[in-house]
Amino acid sequence: MRDSHLEGLKRIAPVTPASASFGIAFGILATSVGMGTLAPIVMSATTFAGSAQFAAASVLDDGGSIAAAVIAAVLLNLRYLAVSIAIADAFDGSRLRRFFESQLIVDESWAVAQRGGGRIDRRVLVAAGLLLYPCWVGATALGVFGGGLLGKPERFGLDAAFPALFLALLVSVVKTRREAAAAIAGGAVALVLLPFARPGVPVIAAAAVCLVGLRKR
Amino acid sequence: MSSTWLVVLIVGAFTVSFKAAGPVLLAGRQLPPRLISAFELLAPSLLAALVVTQSLGGKDGIVLDGRLVGLGAAAIAIWLRAPLIVVVVVAALATALVRLL
Repeated sequence: MRDSHLEGLKRIAPVTPASASFGIAFGILATSVGMGTLAPIVMSATTFAGSAQFAAASVLDDGGSIAAAVIAAVLLNLRYLAVSIAIADAFDGSRLRRFFESQLIVDESWAVAQRGGGRIDRRVLVAAGLLLYPCWVGATALGVFGGGLLGKPERFGLDAAFPALFLALLVSVVKTRREAAAAIAGGAVALVLLPFARPGVPVIAAAAVCLVGLRKR
Repeated sequence: MSSTWLVVLIVGAFTVSFKAAGPVLLAGRQLPPRLISAFELLAPSLLAALVVTQSLGGKDGIVLDGRLVGLGAAAIAIWLRAPLIVVVVVAALATALVRLL
């Protein structure tokens, strides 16, 4: 194990309990809306993106159509297309290896792997993802098979762990005035759209703010 | 096939391809410099948006609740240069406390 792998584990460890508790919560919600036992676990193993999974399950719960559930989840995950293109050059090795490593991209692993200036440390991302993945899938299974004893993660304030992590990492990546302007613009766009746009849209629109950087400096 | 499995499979296929697109198709290829310079701003703008949506987002758009207090506590911890684990724990504790009261 290299130093950067260890670094990845160390950086992701603080939010792993929160992530696991939401995995349990997803398992419970998914079973309660009639998704069965295997489907929620398969969803955690393939989609591996909490917010989209919750969105899909709650649309199904509200009696929404298949299309509505798919659109909600896909919109929420569209940011991963931007992220995956932006960090593509950090990946090397065989195509198969790049494929499997790319599946470890989640907000949290991407966030802790930031090295500033738009670059990421792939090993930090992979190590963080390798810890989060079994926790997320295992926790989903735990929720599906009766993890209802633990109570809602919100009771323990665990839903606040994620914005806290992202804020800490935001502070660490903002070094220049240009980056500070992008952060303020991104946050403002998300805030303005949050009350009326579909879930996922505020984040995509904020990500698009970086395209302002396309114009010549 | 049940609607549940359709949703699981379609969403899974989209997500897997979104994540794989860059590393599988573009790895090792040099992106245009102007695009790289734009992507430098992706982390700040996306992280800021995640802070906003994760602390204020809810079923009916904006929901003000204990998470904001947690975020404030986290901000103080960050300002005091506390390690990441402390920042996260402080945020959860403050939020849990507000909900207990």
